[in-house]
Amino acid sequence: MTSAAIFLTLILLAIIAFVTVRQRSLSAVSGDTSKLHSLPRHYGYYAAVCALIPGLLIFIVWLVFGKNIIEGLVISGLPEGLHSQYMEQATLVLNRIRLAVENPVSGEKHPDILAAAQHFHSLYVKGIWATFALALSSALAGLLFANFKTSPDFRARNSFERVLTVLLILSSVIAIITTLGIVASLLFESLRFFQEVSVVDFVFGLHWSPQTALRSDQVAAAGAFGAVPLFAGTLLISFLAMMVAGPIGLLSAVYLTQYSSSRTRKIAKPLLEVLAGVPTVVYGFFAALTVAPLFRDFGDLIGVEIASESALAAGFVMGIMIIPFVSSLSDDAITAVPKSLKDGSLALGATRSETIVSVILPAALPGIVGAFLLAISRAVGETMIVVMAAGMQPNLTANPFEAVTTVTVQIVALLTGDQEFDSAKTLSAFALGLALFLSTMVLNIFALRIVRKYREVYD
Amino acid sequence: MSNTKEFKPTDWGSPEMQARTRRRYRRDRNFKAMGVSAVLLAALFLFLLIGKIARDGAMGFLQTSIDIDVTFSEEILGDPRAMSAEAFEDHVRQANMIRLLDEALTTEFPEVTSRRDRRSLIRMISGGAREQLRTMVLETPAIVGSTRTVRLLAADDIDQLRKGKIDAAEEEANRKVKDKELAWYRKLDEEGRVSLNFHTRFFTSGDSRDPELAGIWGATMGSALTLVVTLFIAFPVGVLTAIYLEEFAPQNRLTDIIEININNLAAVPSIVFGLLGLAVFLGVMHLPRSAPVVGGLTLALMTLPTIIISARASIKAVPPSIRDAARGLGASPMQVVFHHVVPLAMPGILTGTIIGMAQALGETAPLLMIGMVAFIVDIPGGFTDAATALPVQIFLWADSPERAFVEKTSAAILVLLTFLIAMNGLAIWLRQKFERQW
Repeated sequence: MTSAAIFLTLILLAIIAFVTVRQRSLSAVSGDTSKLHSLPRHYGYYAAVCALIPGLLIFIVWLVFGKNIIEGLVISGLPEGLHSQYMEQATLVLNRIRLAVENPVSGEKHPDILAAAQHFHSLYVKGIWATFALALSSALAGLLFANFKTSPDFRARNSFERVLTVLLILSSVIAIITTLGIVASLLFESLRFFQEVSVVDFVFGLHWSPQTALRSDQVAAAGAFGAVPLFAGTLLISFLAMMVAGPIGLLSAVYLTQYSSSRTRKIAKPLLEVLAGVPTVVYGFFAALTVAPLFRDFGDLIGVEIASESALAAGFVMGIMIIPFVSSLSDDAITAVPKSLKDGSLALGATRSETIVSVILPAALPGIVGAFLLAISRAVGETMIVVMAAGMQPNLTANPFEAVTTVTVQIVALLTGDQEFDSAKTLSAFALGLALFLSTMVLNIFALRIVRKYREVYD
Repeated sequence: MSNTKEFKPTDWGSPEMQARTRRRYRRDRNFKAMGVSAVLLAALFLFLLIGKIARDGAMGFLQTSIDIDVTFSEEILGDPRAMSAEAFEDHVRQANMIRLLDEALTTEFPEVTSRRDRRSLIRMISGGAREQLRTMVLETPAIVGSTRTVRLLAADDIDQLRKGKIDAAEEEANRKVKDKELAWYRKLDEEGRVSLNFHTRFFTSGDSRDPELAGIWGATMGSALTLVVTLFIAFPVGVLTAIYLEEFAPQNRLTDIIEININNLAAVPSIVFGLLGLAVFLGVMHLPRSAPVVGGLTLALMTLPTIIISARASIKAVPPSIRDAARGLGASPMQVVFHHVVPLAMPGILTGTIIGMAQALGETAPLLMIGMVAFIVDIPGGFTDAATALPVQIFLWADSPERAFVEKTSAAILVLLTFLIAMNGLAIWLRQKFERQW
């Protein structure tokens, strides 16, 4: 018995419910549908829903919580010796048990662990059969209930549509749940991290070396979690990216809206959009393999030492990636400026560039500032380019020729590979994630505020 | 009297005014030139990026092979006529195929005698040759005892040499292919045994440590499985949310919160979704690590805002008269929406969904968080098998030190870009074909 089989059985039952109840509603009025309150298929839908929903709920509860409950039972059922000996490493024991369950020929020798694995397996089998029985019987009950209710004056359509409305609301609540899930998971793990490392040390500490020692008597056991070098590195790379994307994006938006013919615009705009469609890992590859060596060689040529994983290369390529972002948002802001302002300025004898600089851009400024802020938030959260092209050394420097590391790089470095889920090192990634989430969210909200608050209302 | 001077009209013809006008026009031209160069610069970056990758990647689809006369000796493989089929198969599986290769190369290069040299001679052939020879023997046992010319894959360094990526003129110490190997290679080349062929294995095999054996099929399957999960979650949820917000939601706090939420989610960095997936799907729900189902769930949450926003826009574009007409004929609100509005909005919704899927296909960072970054040789067959995705494969290969992986990475990027272009092309085609002016 597998989870997939339970699911398929439920679907099958729902189909059976649909067919039988639809037939029943028809036969109740001997084929004269005008005597039914709703269309026959609505009775069918209603029955299918009655059969499916309770069974599905039970199935989902099993999927989400089943293994956790069993693991809890197994852990509490461990023999006393194993219990006290390893209690602080419950997850470790659990992993060994899990391993023993998944491949019986594994090298597990400890009899208690093997017994626990056996126990786990039998509990799992019992659990899945119980779920199957429960889900099946509730689905059947639902079917019978719908069958019982089916009569010509039962308002099946209204009932079914009520269920649909609930489904619609549930779907839209998923967006909220996602946000809550992000906040909760980041906050929860971060709080565990801040129990070990103080918030002040994290936010203001100047030294980042997340190596925690395995044994307490090792040298440099503590590990340092001062995130300032990471924040500084992130800001430096984002700044460099904006130095590239800002002018190019804004100027191309100005050109495409004010100067170019509509034919050029039709070609150039999608071309810029293509830049946005290229996956970031491709930019990362380009940065690490082409741009970084190019900059390094150029540095050698003019006598400046540029690290092969310089902030400059990562920032430059990230700038290219962000160009379409800046240009299309600025484009929107510029096109929103009413034509009368532009015409007025031109009629007074200003040249086009004077009109743009002293009339159009000031009028579009809130939108442009918003575009820049959104672009910065994009740069701050960008991961692959910096993972591939920026370094790992947490340097606290403003020199773009050196290697720096960023928040996202460290999150990736801390979480790829096998770590214990509750070491300070792993948890620090969530604290960094929280910082990232909060800063990008503030930037976004701020950007939207500016756009809304300072938008001049013309006409 | 003294005031009259100030009221004198500007003399536009005066030299300084003309100079000023010229200066202003020049400034305008400069400004325009700046705009043009900004656009050109952006286009140049795009062409550099694509051009560089296309140039590197084109070679990745080709692979050097060496034709070797292999004698399938009975001594090594056993005689299929003298033993049962099973015993022969067992024997072949245990037989040392390297000896077969060694003997073949000794016939080709009788002058190479020292053990070390013979070993480097064998190393010119890919490690996959063993498997290739073994399959050949198992497929047609009759070849035992005969000598055949077999086309074997060359090792990655020889491949790079053939493609000119390793410069034979360089000093020996800085070169990966040493002088001896170079001489052997030249001899093989003169005999016409070295050839450059289209490398089908690249499209059919999984990952490998050897560039000449590595392929993208495993990663492609991983991406496909992940996207299926993403589509099956993000599409219904996204469309239902859009329907609710556009057609049914009352004007209240909850609706406002949902809307703000969706806009905010659209701007959350993708890696944060990866952290969510790690904490919730792996940490709380104990779903298997590295599995497409987890990747799909994570990417579904990430693409949800894109789908919702585009679906709302296309639902909004359906004119109210359609709704009024349906309602006038006695349709219930649900029937109005599901029988009339949604079918009319479907092309727009699908366009948005495809664009969202393209985004999900190119996404790497969240997948790194949930462990879809492992070295996986097997082709994933189900939603809970360990798998990796195409962009992650690119990331992994980009990290590999072997020179030959550069072109493999570029070739994989070309494949990924092809998929993306196809998806976006489909979206544009859908929009143009079904776009309707009301």
